[in-house]
Order: sequence, then C-alpha cells, then structure tokens
Amino acid sequence: MLEIDNLTHVYGPGSPNEHRAIDGLKLSVAEGELLCIVGPSGCGKSTLLRSIAGLITPTGGEIRVEGKLVRQTPDNLAVVFQDYSRSLFPWMSVADNVALPLRRRDMDKRARREAAQEALESVGLLGAAEKYPFQLSGGMQQRVAIARALAYRPTLMLMDEPFGSVDAQTREDLEDLVLKVRGHHRMTIVLITHDIDESVYVGDRVVVLSKAPSHVVGDLRVDLPGPRDQITTREHPDFVRLRAEVGRLVRGVDVATPA
Amino acid sequence: MTITATLAGRGRISPSRARLAKYLRHATGVAVFILAWELAGRTGLISWLPAASTSLARVAQLAADPAFLADLASTLTAAAVGLPLAVLVAVPVGLLLGTVPVVEEMTRAIVEFLRPIPSVALIPLAMFFFQPEINAKVALIVYAASWPILINTLYGVRDVDPVATETLRSFGFGPGAVIWRVSLPSAAPFIFTGVRLAASITLILAISVEYVVGGAGGIGAFLIQASTGIGADAMVDVIATLVWAGLVGLVVNTLLLRAERRLFRWRHA
Repeated sequence: MLEIDNLTHVYGPGSPNEHRAIDGLKLSVAEGELLCIVGPSGCGKSTLLRSIAGLITPTGGEIRVEGKLVRQTPDNLAVVFQDYSRSLFPWMSVADNVALPLRRRDMDKRARREAAQEALESVGLLGAAEKYPFQLSGGMQQRVAIARALAYRPTLMLMDEPFGSVDAQTREDLEDLVLKVRGHHRMTIVLITHDIDESVYVGDRVVVLSKAPSHVVGDLRVDLPGPRDQITTREHPDFVRLRAEVGRLVRGVDVATPA
Repeated sequence: MTITATLAGRGRISPSRARLAKYLRHATGVAVFILAWELAGRTGLISWLPAASTSLARVAQLAADPAFLADLASTLTAAAVGLPLAVLVAVPVGLLLGTVPVVEEMTRAIVEFLRPIPSVALIPLAMFFFQPEINAKVALIVYAASWPILINTLYGVRDVDPVATETLRSFGFGPGAVIWRVSLPSAAPFIFTGVRLAASITLILAISVEYVVGGAGGIGAFLIQASTGIGADAMVDVIATLVWAGLVGLVVNTLLLRAERRLFRWRHA
C-alpha cells in the first residue's frame, strides 16, 4: 500500500541553518493497516507525513502509494491535520466543508451533498451540517475534519497528531471514533502522534522514530484483543508491556530488540 | 421613568436599551453641533456662515431641484461605474502580486512610486488621454480607487493560512483551485475593506474632476456654479451641496459596513 524507501529530507541544504529532518527512513505499510508513528517532538514526523501527501518534495529517497511514485498529491489520499481550526474553511458551513473535496470526484452537487451528510452522520454531527466551524467546539471541529476525510473515501488516510489540541475526554472519544469508522470504511490509516498510550491503543502496529535526523528505531505489532475499550484495553498486560516498550524506544533507551 | 424602573427591577441593561442609549449619544452630538452652527451663524460670530436652519432648509430644497439632482446623478453614476471597474482591475492584480512573489518584487518599485502621486494631479493627463470628460472622470476614479483594493488584496492573500491551502492541496486540488477556493475567500474580508475605503475615494475623485474641469456636470460642477453666485445665497448653496456630499458618503459607508458585517460573520468567532 505504502512503501517508503531511503527517504531523506534536508531543509535549506547548503545554508548555515541546514536541518536534516529525515535520514534514510524505510517503512512499509500494508493495505488496511492502522499504523501509528511516534517519536520525540521535532523528530520529523510532520515532514514525513507531508512528504507522503506530496505537499513537499523530499530531497532523497522514494515514496510509493499503491505502487505509484509520489510526485504530487496521490489520488485517494486524505489528510487530517492537528490544527482543525485552521484546516476547516471558516467561510463555509460544515456541510460545505465536508463536500468541497468531493469536487475532485466525479459527483454532481446532489451526490456530494448526500455523501457529506452520510459522513457527518458517521461522526455523529448530522445536526451541525448547517452551522459554521466557529460555532462548534474544538472536538466537534476535528470531527468535521475527520468527516471531510471520510466523505472523500480515501484508500489512505494520514492523520497528523489529530487529537493533540483537544481535551482528554474528547481525545478518547475521537480515538474510538477512528477505530469505529475504520471498521466501516476499508482504508489504510497512518496516524502520527507523540502520545505513546494513544499509539498502542489505536494502532495495529507502532513505528518509533528517532530524533532528527529521523529513521525507524522500532517497529512493534500490537496484538490486543478487539474491540478495544478505553478501560479494559488499557489495563491489559500486553498493553502495559507494549507502552513500556514504545516508551523506552522513544526515550532512546535500548531494549532487547526481538530480531 | 417607568422604563427606568422596570429595568432597575430586572437589574441589568438589555441590549436594545444599550443600543438606544448609544443612538441617543450620537444624536446628542449631532444636535449640539447643529445648535453651535446655528448660533455661530445667527450671532454673526462667523460672519460668512449661513445659519444651520437656512442651510438645512436649502439641503431639503435641493432634493426637489432637478438641476441639482441631475448633477448628483452624474457624480453617483461615475462613482458607480468606476468602483466595480476598480474591483475588476485591482483584485486580479492583487491576487497575482500576492501569490507570485517574483512579480510582486519586480513591480514593487513602480507601485511604491505611483502610489503616493495624488490622483488629483493626474487630472490634466487624464483629460488628455480620455475624452469626453466623463471618460476621464471614470478613468481617474478607477485609478485612484484601485490602490486600496490592490493593496488590501495583496496583503489579504499573503495572510492566507498555509494550513488551509495545504488542506486543499492534500485533496489533490491544483494552484488555480487553491487561489479560487481558499486564497480569495480567505482574503475577501480584507478586499472588502479595501473596497469600502475605495468607495469614499471615488466620491472625492469624481467631485474633484468635476470641480477642476467644470462644465462636465456633477456635484463639483454644481459647486462651481453655486460659488460664482453673489452674496449669502451662494454660500448657502455651497454649504448645502457639501452637506449632500457628506450625506452620500455616510450612506454609502454605512451600507458597506453593514454588508461587511453580514458577509463576514464567520470572522467574528
């Protein structure tokens, strides 16, 4: 589904404040997988995501989505940004925000409208369709952003610290929302987070990145019994073991790596 | 008194009451001004000044004066033609300068040179290039009104949130769609403010050209005629015309402000 080979990105190459964000990163994501990427702050997670989305051109290496080399934004890809208040268009109603990307699809106005309604329903916001983003709480705004991505029916959804700016309760709700919608829509999800617990709770697999220049330092499969539950999953012995393992990797403490 | 009592009973001031109080303060200011004007005129404190009552009566008379109305219509027509043309010229140019930094850098020197030239100083040039006079008038209005629209569009477009443009790009939209669907609506409040500033400029320019050129009709031409009259009556005509010019400006600005508030409610979160 997604192949990243030897990805390297240097900001301002040759300049005095040259910054090597990513160095020789290799990663492969299977179809239908929910991969969480964690790493210390400033480790180039966002650079990685923007490279996959074709928003920036990496200085080296290759990214392939569905076998095709990424040169510009791949079709069938959607991104959910951390900053929902800036990524929603404030001059449009919630329904129009969700329907806008569907202009890229071969859909008439009515079909777009229906798809938007359906996506809003799946995130529990059908009642807010005619409201404007500023009339909604932060958590609701991020639901709208997720609905917008879902309506687009991407095969690959990228989420850049999507729950980083909401309160703890809302965060848990949104985590469960992602797990729920993922069951309904077949898609591959790459979720970037700095929250170790979240990565283990949500992911099928957790990849840990090093500090910049970043590369993969850990790759763990999460085999937790489903469906996941905020209370029981988090007290499961495997959850506790995995989050400790991820935590050590993030801190850069060496653990006996299962070869 | 009863109103005060009821409100005191409720213990807080209702919004409609607050608005009423605000209008009352505005009205008081106007009343004091008119009273001072009346006194200054009547007592001869300012010897050439016709009293407010005389002047305002003339303002009312002008509303039924066909010659004046024709001139007013001529000025407003020039402004009403010039402003949309200025929008058509300035918004695309502003979008171009705002989105393509190279073009902006290349033109910056020219822009900074042209901008401070008072548009009124261009009247002779405009008269030379654009005939008849109505064309020169509209051309100058378009030129002068374009600046605030251009500058506001330029800064509005530069101010567009990169997260918003990246969001649209991430759904595979190209640069044109990004400008049309994100840059333009996002800059719209700035652009509109520029249009509102430009609206007052259109009036200034229209009246200036009419006044300098004369004979071309319009409020400016009416002013020339009024001021060449004899004695106190001439002054009454001049002042009444000025009041009209002020009223037109006030109404236009108020309407545009209202429209702005309505259109861009989403900005005031």
